[in-house]
Amino acid sequence: MAYVPLADQDSEMEMHHPHSWVTKYVWSQDHKVIAIQYGGIAIAVGVVALVLSLLMRMQLGFPETFDLIDPSSYYQSVTMHGMIMVVYMLTALLLGGFGNYLIPLMCGARDMVFPFLNMLSVWVYALSVIILLSSFFVGGGPTGAGWTLYPPQTALAGTPGHDAGIVLMLLSLAVFVVAFTMGGLNYVTTVLQYRCRGLTMMRLPLTVWGIFTATVLGLFAFPALLVSAIMMLFDLLLGTSFFMPAVIESGTPLDHNGGSPILFQHLFWFFGHPEVYIVALPAFGLVSDVLSTHARKNIFGYRMMVWAIIAIGGLSFVVWAHHMYVSGMHPYFGFFFATTTLIIAVPTALKVYNWVLTLWEGNIRLNAPMYFAIGFIFTFIHGGLTGLFLGNVVIDLPLSDTYFVVAHFHMVMGVSPVLVIFAALYHWFPKVSGRMFHEGMAKAHFWITFLGTYAIYLPMHYLGFLGVPRRYYAMGSTDFIPESAQDLNAAITIAALVVGAAQILFFVNIFWSLRNGKKSGPNPWGSASLEWQTPDTPPKHGNWGDELPTVYRWPYDYSVPGAKEDFIPQNVPDGDEPAADEQHFDLDHGVSKAGA
Amino acid sequence: MSLFKTLTEKPWERKGIIGGLNPEGAFESPPERVALGFFLTIASVIFSMFGVSYVIRMSLPDWEPLAEPAQLWLNTGLLAISSILFQWARNTANAGKQKNLLAAFIGGGVFALLFIAGQILIWENLQASGFYVASNPANSFFYLLTGLHIAHLLGGLWVWSKSSIRLISGSKPEDVRLSIELCTLYWHFLLIVWLVIFAILSNT
Repeated sequence: MAYVPLADQDSEMEMHHPHSWVTKYVWSQDHKVIAIQYGGIAIAVGVVALVLSLLMRMQLGFPETFDLIDPSSYYQSVTMHGMIMVVYMLTALLLGGFGNYLIPLMCGARDMVFPFLNMLSVWVYALSVIILLSSFFVGGGPTGAGWTLYPPQTALAGTPGHDAGIVLMLLSLAVFVVAFTMGGLNYVTTVLQYRCRGLTMMRLPLTVWGIFTATVLGLFAFPALLVSAIMMLFDLLLGTSFFMPAVIESGTPLDHNGGSPILFQHLFWFFGHPEVYIVALPAFGLVSDVLSTHARKNIFGYRMMVWAIIAIGGLSFVVWAHHMYVSGMHPYFGFFFATTTLIIAVPTALKVYNWVLTLWEGNIRLNAPMYFAIGFIFTFIHGGLTGLFLGNVVIDLPLSDTYFVVAHFHMVMGVSPVLVIFAALYHWFPKVSGRMFHEGMAKAHFWITFLGTYAIYLPMHYLGFLGVPRRYYAMGSTDFIPESAQDLNAAITIAALVVGAAQILFFVNIFWSLRNGKKSGPNPWGSASLEWQTPDTPPKHGNWGDELPTVYRWPYDYSVPGAKEDFIPQNVPDGDEPAADEQHFDLDHGVSKAGA
Repeated sequence: MSLFKTLTEKPWERKGIIGGLNPEGAFESPPERVALGFFLTIASVIFSMFGVSYVIRMSLPDWEPLAEPAQLWLNTGLLAISSILFQWARNTANAGKQKNLLAAFIGGGVFALLFIAGQILIWENLQASGFYVASNPANSFFYLLTGLHIAHLLGGLWVWSKSSIRLISGSKPEDVRLSIELCTLYWHFLLIVWLVIFAILSNT
């Protein structure tokens, strides 16, 4: 019997071949369709979160002018904006969207290992989004407890959405974790088992390394969120006291007694901090590939980049309590978590150096994906440096509840990954659609977004130094805040509205280009990685036609001296080496005898 | 695969085909077994998180230990028998034998169902004696941990029922061997988890 490699043993392939419009576009098991479904839902829900942020900014910038939201809906907007952006948009888009599209293509596989589970994953994710958004339409509205959902505040009558809103939020998160687990099992198993012939782990593009490691982090970190959600649901619905302490509300003692709110904080941040890297690591991987391709240079320090991804992933599990300095802890714990936080800066800085060195003396092609990728380096350095400030206990304590923190985390895990997402969307758009986007519109989108986000977040650092508190609906008359701070707030709001409106350019560009864009051909960027070498663009179901590719080299052979072009694709053999179909194989063991 | 060797490889130097038809670093196991390994690790993390929460919550002053019902020993026996029967089914399937395969595999699931029924009976008895879920954090954890364990068993029983239908409808041992093996691994895992839960509940 002919030996069939693992990656081509997909007996389900025929079974899930689409036979109707519904099985092709709705209940599809094709990883590419699922990726677009994930991406579409994530972007749609992200737009909801963006609108909420603009409502908040209009209140903060012009508190007496607009009457769009009241204090309750302000807190609800803060909460929903934060949770949607972090979990339902960034995580879903980077892992569910890019992970689904790129893993099988970059691994030379026909699909994910478990296509049916993959399909379930996206629809369970859709269900979690529906549950979350339904909280806008229940009595009391969505929860306004802040995205960290700290008890006992979440359950008290003074907090908006303390009844149905918080229950729906927790339920939605639990459902999301189930969806993520189904998808995550697929991603890791596909990377480990379904790589094509010749594709060793160290020949994987950094995109796959980033997504793979982030998925492993997610699989081990999301259980903490699930556990805390389940226990809090017990507290809210069954009257238990896991987290709820004895509380007197409006003169009436509640039924709870003796629970530990700090326990919730530990569980939440044991998930919450790795979550930062669940978002960051895929972005690191994607941007590495975009930078390398458009600089026409191999990524600088590939091995160190892989080690840094793994080191960051490991360290991300031992820094969580730096989010809890203001909750109070033993000084030695504070010292420990401050130290680990500073240590994690080492592999992170290493990656930044390597991105910059990749650009050094490269034959840089300044097109739109490259604009966004270089923009990311700026914003990430910026956000990373302020993280070093906040990692220290003595600096964090006075700054923790100010706009300095808002500026920091938006720069490092808001703007930075979003710039990478745009870089990646523009970079892989020709492969997904077969057409080029409008370059001018994309560059205009970049400049407004990049400069606009600086106009938003740079002043926020100064507001933080002034002591302007975050999470406030209105500042009122506060002696220590000068009136000029309000002028800055108004300017920030105007910049936010401009940046928000500029995103329309992106959608117009995408939809216009889908119909009118120039045909891209299979590999418009001259990229060496496998996904650009498919026989069809966009790739058809099964990706590779009759035969899976064979990999002969790493994915960064750019500007190779003596090569015909300035890149050599991964599936092209060296001149003096026989191609795969000319070699002889031991069919029982799948071992090449070419060198024997 | 040596992890150190893999991570120190210099991919820019090594050209040509490396490995056989399957790439270096892929496990010999089928993907389903690899995925189950990851899933068991995730489930371990979930139960560990509850374990840590249990220990932290236990140290607070309102904790009143729950006297665990003796019936838990009987239920533990039922789950152990279930696990043994699954192992028997696995050995039989591995040997390619048809005889006793169906009885062992179905029996394993039935004993798991008996275990679940036994756990629910304990809940009812506790409720009848006034030990409600919200009475005390020790009670809350008892219901929560046993319930979560049952939820995992129910997930396993769903896969077991699908495999059972295949066996009853005449599938050969080699066709269901992987399903039986994965069910067996899962059942052993849940037995170990239950023994740890039981030990924690009994000693605190």
